[in-house]
Parts: sequence; structure tokens; C-alpha cells
Amino acid sequence: MDENSTVDVDASYVEAGGTPQAPEGFPDALAGDRQDVDQLLPQLVAHLGEHRTKLRQEWASRIQDARLLQAMTPQEMAAETTSVYDNYVEVLETGSVEALQHYARDLSERIIPRGVETHEVVGIVLLLRDVLARSLFEKYQQDFALLNRVLDAYEPAANRIANTVAVSFVDERERVIRQQQDAIRELSTPVLPVRERLLILPIIGVLDSERARQLTEQLLAAIRIHRAKVVVIDITGAPDVDEAVANHLVRTVDASRLMGASAIITGLSPEIARTLVTIGVDLSKMNTIGDLQGGLEEAERLLGYTVTRQNDSAE
Amino acid sequence: MSIGPALVSILRQGSYLIASIHTALDDSQMIRFQEDLIEQIGQHRSRGVIIDVAALDVLDSFGSRTLRNIAEMARLRGALTVIVGIQPEVAFAMVELGMGTGSVFTALDLEEGLAYLSSRVSSSSALST
Repeated sequence: MDENSTVDVDASYVEAGGTPQAPEGFPDALAGDRQDVDQLLPQLVAHLGEHRTKLRQEWASRIQDARLLQAMTPQEMAAETTSVYDNYVEVLETGSVEALQHYARDLSERIIPRGVETHEVVGIVLLLRDVLARSLFEKYQQDFALLNRVLDAYEPAANRIANTVAVSFVDERERVIRQQQDAIRELSTPVLPVRERLLILPIIGVLDSERARQLTEQLLAAIRIHRAKVVVIDITGAPDVDEAVANHLVRTVDASRLMGASAIITGLSPEIARTLVTIGVDLSKMNTIGDLQGGLEEAERLLGYTVTRQNDSAE
Repeated sequence: MSIGPALVSILRQGSYLIASIHTALDDSQMIRFQEDLIEQIGQHRSRGVIIDVAALDVLDSFGSRTLRNIAEMARLRGALTVIVGIQPEVAFAMVELGMGTGSVFTALDLEEGLAYLSSRVSSSSALST
């Protein structure tokens, strides 16, 4: 780097040459003169704007060679690569990644449902970065020192862009995943009223602590809404119960009792029963019954229902 | 009764006392409530006490211990206690923090509490549904 060694600057010329309108005014004559990032970037932008079509096509063909984004049609590819290119150049020009962030998020939202992977998105941005860098090499190949400075200006901005796009994509993906998790949780913990004042809570699937907490919340709210006196918690569909979940079940039963509802736990598999006894969870306060049918019969007894078949002779 | 009606009301309903806590009580107010209630059980020769905490969105450990104590004292003075109206959040917070109501019976609301008392106190086994 020798840009600081020569202080002799034709400032007016630099300014004029630095504007996007006059990219050709940046000949070898200025080589060695002090040019900072602020002055080099506009030239870059002008160069990239001028060769927009050629560079974009080169980029698109490299994407195809790399077999990225195959979920998209050629038309979509053309449209998206053009917008990405323009956004890219805009960031270089303005230095603000906000618009790009917004665009990247929007793009992610559109392409995530179609199965586009993180490596593809990062891949195409890095390809664009390489294509543009190559074009800069080509343009400034006569003057190595100037090329160096141009790359000094270009690289941090380009890296920031790659970073922004990748982070936006991953953020969006995580948001989608979270949304789906919430939806699954909502669906997976129904609280069903079967008779007046009798609720069934079937637990299906793995219980983690977050789901267990949500389940308790829903159960307590349902007890209040339905004025339940008895709750049957059926864990036939739960493959495994660990200590934390078992303790949570105990607390759920306690909390239901505070709300005036007694809880019956049904469907403890032999494995779960063995686990609970082995890890020593205190289940003495829990009313457990082998299967859901038995649990319902016990609940009906507690509520004072008697179920009789209408046609006695059929028995 | 030394506690203003804004905080707590203790009403007589037949042979039962219905005590409603209207707002969060501090420790000394809680103690006064306890004293008043135990006193009135004797005055009215009550057989049952319902403590309604539906208005409370928080119940601290002192509060729940005092409620347990009240129930125990009431039992010694011949009245059965039911706590009614514990909110879902309060119930969950109480078990999370390991504070229960011990052996004190709890019911969903006032109506349930009355039904429970009438089934126990008059020793009729009818279960209202």
C-alpha cells in the first residue's frame, strides 16, 4: 500500500473521476494517488452498473453450472438474479444493508417453502461476489496497486452483503420453524370435554418441558371454562416419560386439584411404570388407572354417572 | 370487624361463613383476616367456611400458609374450610413454587364450594353434578 506516501492529490480531478457518471475518467494517470473507499466505491458501482447485463448473465450461467437453485424456473431465476444483482450494487453504492435485508427476507419467504437450502443461497451470493471480483480484476489488471485498493473497498462491503443475506435467510427459516412448532404444539394438546364436567387430555408424542408447560396451561384454562370436576390424562400415546416430565405431571395434578378438579392418569405403559418407580418420582398422590376405559369409568363413578345399556336382555 | 370492606368481606350464609378476599393482602392484613375469621366462626357457630380467592392473581407463600392455618384453626373450632376460585395462573405458580394448600379442600368456585360443604357437613352423600 503506497497511497499514503504520495500526498500530492489533484482533488478536483479525483472528485470528477469518482462520480458514477464518469467511470472512464479513472485511467492509469491516477494510479498511486490517494483514493479512499468513499471515492473508489462509486467507481465500482458505475462499472458494475455499466456491465450489468453481461455480469448478470455470467453469474446466472455459473449458478447453473453449479446446479444451484434448481427448484426455480429459468424465468424466475432471471427475475431474481436481476433483483439480487441490483440490490447488491445498491448496497455497494449506499453502504446501507437495510433494503437488502428486507429483500433477502422477502426472497427467503418465497423460496423456503420450495425447499431451497441454506448452502444454495449462500452459494449464489458468493458466486456473484466472485463474478464481480473477476470483472474488477479484468478492469484494473494493468495497475496492481489500484486493483489492491479497489479490492480493499470492495471486499468488506461484499462480505457484509454475503453475511446479511445468509443471516436473513437463516432468520427467516428459523421463524418458519418456530411457527410450525407452535402450530404442532397447539394441535397436539387438545383438551376434550366428554361429559358435563369431565375432560379428557390425551397426550400424544414426546413431551418436552415446553410442551408440558403449555399442556398444563391449556388444561387449567379448560378446567375453568368447562367447570370440570374430573380430568382424565391419558398418556398411552407418550413414548417416554423422564423425570422432569413426571414431576411436571405431578404438578399438573396438584394444580388441577387447587382448581377443584381431580385428575386421573391412565395408560401408563409397563416401561413408563418401571421408569417412574426406578427414578423414584412420588406418585402416591396420583390416581392412576390402567387404561382410558377404566379411567372414564372411574371418572363417571366420581361424578355420579351410571351408564346402563338400554336393552338389558342384550347383556 | 376491623378490616375495611374494601379488602375482605366475611358474610354469613346459614351455618356457613363466606369470606371473600378482594385484593392482595399484605402479611399484617392477612393475620387480621385470620383473626377476624376465626373469631366469627365462634360467634356464628358456623359449621363451614368458604374462602374465595378468585380476585387474587397472586398468592405468596405467606398467604397460602395462612390459608392452611386458618383451615386448621377452623377445624379445631368445628368448621370445615374450602378454598375456592384459585385462578389457573395462581394454581400453577403455587405448585411450581411447591406451596400447596395441604389437606385443605379446594373447589372451582363458590357454587362448588357450597355444594361440597353441604355434602360433607350435613353428612349426606349426595354428590351434586
